[in-house]
Amino acid sequence: MVLVYIDQADQQIKKSSLEAMSYGAAIAKKLGCDVAALVLGTVQDNLADLGKNGAQKVYHLKNESLNTLDVKLHSTLIATAAKNVNANVVVFAHNINGKAIAPAVAIKLEAGLVTGASSLPNTENGFVVTKTVFSGKAFASIQIETPIKVIAINQNSFGVVAYENTATVEEINIPIPAASIKITKLEKVEGEIPLTEASLVVSGGRGLKGPEHWSILLDLAKSLGAATACSRPVSDSDWRPHHEHVGQTGIQIAPNLYIAIGISGAIQHLAGVNRSKTIVVINKDPEAPFFKAADYGVIGDAFEIVPALSAAILKMKSTA
Amino acid sequence: MKILVCISKTPDTTAKIAFTEGNTKFDENGVQWIINPYDEWYALVRAIELKEKDPNAIIHLVTVGSADAEPIIRKALALGGDEAIRIDSNSNDSFYIAKQIAAIAKEGGYELIFTGKETIDYNSSSIGSMLSALLDIPFVSLANKFDCDGTTATVRREIEGGEETCEVNLPVVISCQKGMAEQRIPNMRGIMAARTKPLKVVSPVEATATTSIKKFDTPPAKSGVKLVDPANMDELVRLLKEEAKVI
Repeated sequence: MVLVYIDQADQQIKKSSLEAMSYGAAIAKKLGCDVAALVLGTVQDNLADLGKNGAQKVYHLKNESLNTLDVKLHSTLIATAAKNVNANVVVFAHNINGKAIAPAVAIKLEAGLVTGASSLPNTENGFVVTKTVFSGKAFASIQIETPIKVIAINQNSFGVVAYENTATVEEINIPIPAASIKITKLEKVEGEIPLTEASLVVSGGRGLKGPEHWSILLDLAKSLGAATACSRPVSDSDWRPHHEHVGQTGIQIAPNLYIAIGISGAIQHLAGVNRSKTIVVINKDPEAPFFKAADYGVIGDAFEIVPALSAAILKMKSTA
Repeated sequence: MKILVCISKTPDTTAKIAFTEGNTKFDENGVQWIINPYDEWYALVRAIELKEKDPNAIIHLVTVGSADAEPIIRKALALGGDEAIRIDSNSNDSFYIAKQIAAIAKEGGYELIFTGKETIDYNSSSIGSMLSALLDIPFVSLANKFDCDGTTATVRREIEGGEETCEVNLPVVISCQKGMAEQRIPNMRGIMAARTKPLKVVSPVEATATTSIKKFDTPPAKSGVKLVDPANMDELVRLLKEEAKVI
């Protein structure tokens, strides 16, 4: 059986987990076996709806104490659940929680692990999974040699596939060990789309000349419904908060659309965004290295182009 | 307090990524090697800062690698740390590497184990979590702030859409990222001292690799940028909608 761990934030199932569900269902189809979801904690979503993303069955360990991440606890419970249902493939989303839990689960199941997977396994001759390496600059095809396999699939890589299923939900009972950490404070960034979950991202660099000029970028993000990001010099100068920094040492993202405004495109910045499906670069310097990595480029003054782009998007949306 | 910092050797961030032997091996020709930035800037430097506050703290560095990892380990020792252990083995398998480090960690009785959040070559972000499972101790990932009173650690970590602060009893494994510490460069005194610091080479323990790399590929080159007239943003919107189909 393929077992897919369904991750949540604020009792909402994450989009990346729906992608993982679809990915797990596709693996099960390849292997000719069953596929189930595993949900820990309490969520507001209707769990039977996971069938629409490919689940045949949903195992639910319903306990509020599992709504926040405790790797020791979560990995123990997931490994136990996987053993109970004889899972031979366990799938995670390669998101913040999946990255933390999957390796511990692999140890507990004595399973080979591939994190950052970018496509379906090749099962013709063994079990080979392709993953991104060198910060998105290359792919490696990795053979998993163990009977049980653990895979964490890159966000925005496989997509959410629609199925016409309704899953049966079964509440399960596994004794919950004592918590290993105690959460004392939570600081949520209110009202913003989390960068790692966003499918559209608008990002600004030093070319915007100062934090006071960010309103044109925020307007563009609003018109698209996009998350906002920035380059390292911008967050280092405190023009924008650190959690917006994308790049080699910041957050690595792979949205469907990445619009870079006034960012030259240093190799360390590209390492954080080069897995984006479509890249638009707006820069007044035609020699900016970012144009080489872009799908669409606009050479000119961002202070004129960005408001015009926002207006064009609003116009398109109002006529759509 | 005993701290173990896991150090990995990686190609420089600007290194050309190419492969040899029928795309089965990373081409090391002309590559500059560095300490994996997350291991250096955040894990190691935070450990050094903790030792500066508590002179009784002991920092050991550990790496899994062949003799060519030694310049990197010496550079790490020049930043700080009391001694280093090199496990003499070359492996790309996280499971194998974690088992090697876990053996050292068990023997040394460390209260704190720091890793970087991931390495910039294989990007697996696995070792910290695996170590915690092998040692059966708590793990906090993506830490951007860390303090410790000797028995309890207070850690701030990144979560989806925000940050969370938690308390955890030692021993614990922490994966470190931006925010943990201020970047440093080694000074002359550190470089001189590093030459005489102990660097122990140990043989790997028995472990089986669970994965093997079959081949590498480089992504297809972008077909080239399509330039759009800055006075015609309607055209860019049309392309994004009809050609790229992303909005």
